[in-house]
Amino acid sequence: MVLVYSDDKKLTLELLNKASELAKELQKKVIAVTIGHEEHATEYLEHGADLVIVVETSQTQFKAEEYTSILQNIMKEYCNEIVLIGSNKNGKELAARLAAKLDTGCVMDCTKVYIHEKKLTTERIVYSGNAIAVEQFISSPQIITIPPKIFDPLPKNPHHKGEIIKKKFDIENSPSKILKVQEMKSEGVNVEDAQIIVSCGRGFKKKEDIKLVSDLADVLKGRTVGCSRPIAADLKWLSEDHWIGLSGHKVKPKLYIACGISGQIQHIAGMRDSGLIVAINKDPEALIFKSADYGIIGDLYVVLPKLTSAIKGKLG
Amino acid sequence: MNIIVCAKQVVDVAEIKIDSSTKKPILAGVPKKISDMDKNALEEAIKIKEKHGGKITVLTVGSPDAKERMKELLAMGADEGVLIPQPEHSDYHVIAHLLADAIKKIGFYDIIFCGEASIDMFSGQMGPRIAGLLNIPQITYAQQVTAEKNKVVAERNLGEQAVTIESPFPVLITVTKESNQPRLPSLMAILASSSKPIHDWSVADLTEEALVLKVKTMDIKGIPMQRKNIIYQDDLDQSVEKLVDELAKVGMLR
Repeated sequence: MVLVYSDDKKLTLELLNKASELAKELQKKVIAVTIGHEEHATEYLEHGADLVIVVETSQTQFKAEEYTSILQNIMKEYCNEIVLIGSNKNGKELAARLAAKLDTGCVMDCTKVYIHEKKLTTERIVYSGNAIAVEQFISSPQIITIPPKIFDPLPKNPHHKGEIIKKKFDIENSPSKILKVQEMKSEGVNVEDAQIIVSCGRGFKKKEDIKLVSDLADVLKGRTVGCSRPIAADLKWLSEDHWIGLSGHKVKPKLYIACGISGQIQHIAGMRDSGLIVAINKDPEALIFKSADYGIIGDLYVVLPKLTSAIKGKLG
Repeated sequence: MNIIVCAKQVVDVAEIKIDSSTKKPILAGVPKKISDMDKNALEEAIKIKEKHGGKITVLTVGSPDAKERMKELLAMGADEGVLIPQPEHSDYHVIAHLLADAIKKIGFYDIIFCGEASIDMFSGQMGPRIAGLLNIPQITYAQQVTAEKNKVVAERNLGEQAVTIESPFPVLITVTKESNQPRLPSLMAILASSSKPIHDWSVADLTEEALVLKVKTMDIKGIPMQRKNIIYQDDLDQSVEKLVDELAKVGMLR
């Protein structure tokens, strides 16, 4: 069996594609798990699941200890070999705890998953984006987490038949409890779906200067502003939905313009799949140039207004 | 309050060079350091100790040269260190078992701190694995931690959500880079730290069972760089003009 779980519906649909491919090759079935979201079950069937387990629980908010216990119970009953978990922060802490409980292997943030010489093999980016680790499971069960946007969901197939079952488990409750869930201030930006992104980093001296980036984004069709970790996480000049990188969003626009971004591996990991990468930085040694198709070495405070007006002129 | 901080010695990823022919990273000779977020973990521990008193033990699985790095942690404010030798072959399963067994051997602990991930592998498995093996609650990606006498409240940063969790002791917490600014030890603290002990524990001290790998690393391969790397660095007006022409030529300005 190949089991799929994420607390994110979209990510679950993406994982179901990979799970279906592996299941076909290994002649196994695909199980999708939803904890508390019965309304997603039909969609999971239509996107490749042969069985959807709807777990009924009073713990509707994700919590690692309880959700690990739920998955452990499901695995015990359905004898699962491969587990694909969506690689967001909840998924990662769940996967690692589950692996410890089952005394088994786990590989995080896989960008490739395949069978090689009959063994489940994974690839993931390590050393800050400088290398790819190729790893192979030599034990079972095998737990893998996959980040968003690595696979596309399969096209919806209303004829794909499967079963939906509801389950309830007796699980031990953790002594910890959730006190508060707060939605973070979001500006409603979706960098993951943007076609053109203009991104800013540490090279900006103050919050108001980000206007230079949004001005450029405005003349380009795409109008999406991204940023590196310091801008969203440390300085909080932009909300975290702008944050591109290993811990932020992974993007693949057709054009990515990095302004005043040094090119730390964690940032590169979030944008390396972009179609065309342009870098503007005053430091000729900046790492970002190694990952760029085009670069301008110069002060962004001078370059950006010039670039914006030149593009405006070109577009007429 | 007894606090354990798990810290890893890593290669400084910012210093890694790439072999131009194989495209593989050259790891030999790269300077080593304590992984950034592990220092955030220690800083969080020190702040709690300053408020509530207690003892901080730093745990590392690593090569003998890790001792030098551990001294920095003692200078920052940890009370003692334990170094467990890095097994020849290891994976997350093996290392987590060694750390969890060492923690059991220490015996008394209220909080275990880890970094959210290490900067070399960036996997983030160690914290939750240790919590799982010890069967204690975990709070990962904490960006704010407040310890009281018999419980801790921490805020997890999930990007679109912030989740606040309360837990009694013992609890394992992993912290993000944003949680704090790790202190730089003073010269006095560096001198004083030389009298703080770093214990050597052997794997045999910790476990009798042979720790068998679950995942094997087959290759660390290079990332093919298929970028054009055309850099303009002369007159800015000309550079901008050339760039715009290129962008138009490849159809980006339609």
